[in-house]
Amino acid sequence: MSATLEKAAMNPVYRKRLLTHRIGIALSVAAMSVGLLVLAWILITLIIKGFGALSIHMFTQTTPAPGSEGGGLLNAIVGSLLIVGLSTLISTPIGILAGIYLAEYGEENKIANITRFVTDIMLSAPSIVIGMFVWAMYVATAKHYSGYAGSVALALIAVPVVVRTTDNMLRLVPNSLLEAAFALGAPRWKVAMMVRLRAVKAGVITGVLLAVARVSGETAPLLFTALNNQFFSADMNAPMANLPVVIYGFAMSPYDNWRELAWGGALLVTFSVLALNIISRTVFAQKAPN
Amino acid sequence: MNTQLNQENVVAMNQGKRKTIEIAGLNFFYGKTQSLHNVSLDIHEKQVTAFIGPSGCGKSTLLRTLNRMYDLYPGQRAEGSIMYRGRNILEGGQDLNMLRAKVGMVFQKPTPFPMSIYDNIAFGVRLYEDLSKGEMDERVEWALKKAALWTEVKDKLGKSGLSLSGGQQQRLCIARGVAVKPDVLLLDEPTSALDPISTSKVEELISELKQDYTIAIVTHNMQQAARCSDYTAYMYLGELVEFGETDQIFMNPARKETQDYITGRFG
Repeated sequence: MSATLEKAAMNPVYRKRLLTHRIGIALSVAAMSVGLLVLAWILITLIIKGFGALSIHMFTQTTPAPGSEGGGLLNAIVGSLLIVGLSTLISTPIGILAGIYLAEYGEENKIANITRFVTDIMLSAPSIVIGMFVWAMYVATAKHYSGYAGSVALALIAVPVVVRTTDNMLRLVPNSLLEAAFALGAPRWKVAMMVRLRAVKAGVITGVLLAVARVSGETAPLLFTALNNQFFSADMNAPMANLPVVIYGFAMSPYDNWRELAWGGALLVTFSVLALNIISRTVFAQKAPN
Repeated sequence: MNTQLNQENVVAMNQGKRKTIEIAGLNFFYGKTQSLHNVSLDIHEKQVTAFIGPSGCGKSTLLRTLNRMYDLYPGQRAEGSIMYRGRNILEGGQDLNMLRAKVGMVFQKPTPFPMSIYDNIAFGVRLYEDLSKGEMDERVEWALKKAALWTEVKDKLGKSGLSLSGGQQQRLCIARGVAVKPDVLLLDEPTSALDPISTSKVEELISELKQDYTIAIVTHNMQQAARCSDYTAYMYLGELVEFGETDQIFMNPARKETQDYITGRFG
């Protein structure tokens, strides 16, 4: 028996195949390690450098004036939550409805094809361009920076992400399920909303959360729109502090406490985004459509 | 020639019986490919008509013309006439939603909607009827009892339809189709994904449903056709080879092709 196996193991075709297999696996593992290593490196650096800034003051005090001691990120945290929150409120309905339109009419219709093409371009548009666009259209007209402008800019970045995931998820719904709904005499809009969208609800929510994660760390669009605010302000119609721009400003400052806060803010943003990703992938993505 | 034969059969065997659907000279095209050739037959009221034949013979296609399901896909079209209750449903200007509410369909694979068992039933009913909560509860119970599923699910109506087993899901789909009180039920290989026990339950159900509905069933299983149908149509390569009463088709087929298929010498 074992002699048979040994003989089989000597087979030159088999040996060559084994070698190819091992080389392939080795290259794949190496490539994966490079990716993971960079991620781990970033996270470890963030934890080491940002951990010192993590204190209750970060959440209770506003950003410090130049030269003053201590300080926190309260105004930036609140500003970021407001700006990202409003942008989610804007982008979610638009993105989901547009996604439904593409999935329903995408194959037969020229406008839908153009929309999908433009969405793909928007997906990869540099965020600084979006920031400049909103600056020119909104900020320059209103003649002041504002949280609203920031939300609009982030919404423009989030919409194509939501459109694409909604469209992709809806396409996963098998025709048989749609036919079953049509067979009961249901009109098209009801089939689309009550059956098709419901079947991939979890996936669509995941898409929205991933879009939130994506815009949470955007700096360039906010630099042109929400700008920054040294003081606490919940007025969305005025310049508003936000984490990415504060990190950007503080990281290059000469003050030690500013730089420490920048690391702390970076840690906060990164782990929030990480948490959002993990939540969306574990809690909502468990159910694939049948 | 087929047409002539069918007409003779039909006339001979249907004296005194009412027809629900009369199909005449039906041709069907997937794009440029013709998949049904000049099919003519009648479907009788409160009877079970079975369509048998090898894969790709057009029996499912024929079924899908009866509620114009093919209309969802551009490039598919039907020619000829299908008279249903005095109207040619192939003509333009039909209210397809209304047609499909009257001509219900159950598919090969169970397709519960992503909602509760209760709502799976209520979904179709709500489309055309404005019932009170109490009336809806009664309707759901009635439909689930019709589909022999009530005792198994009565304590978990709020649970997702997807949580049921395959056989239960299929009976849920049948209940859903029955709940809207259609006139005709089209069954497209309703038991091909089911185990033998679920299959026999569905077959019992078909004989039961025959009391109230006109039924057309596509099946790969010849015993099934013999067991639960009153009329059988044997199709091959998009043509209707033979159509008649099930007993006659199985005991004494008029054509050799039919006999070969039924006795397993072919297909």
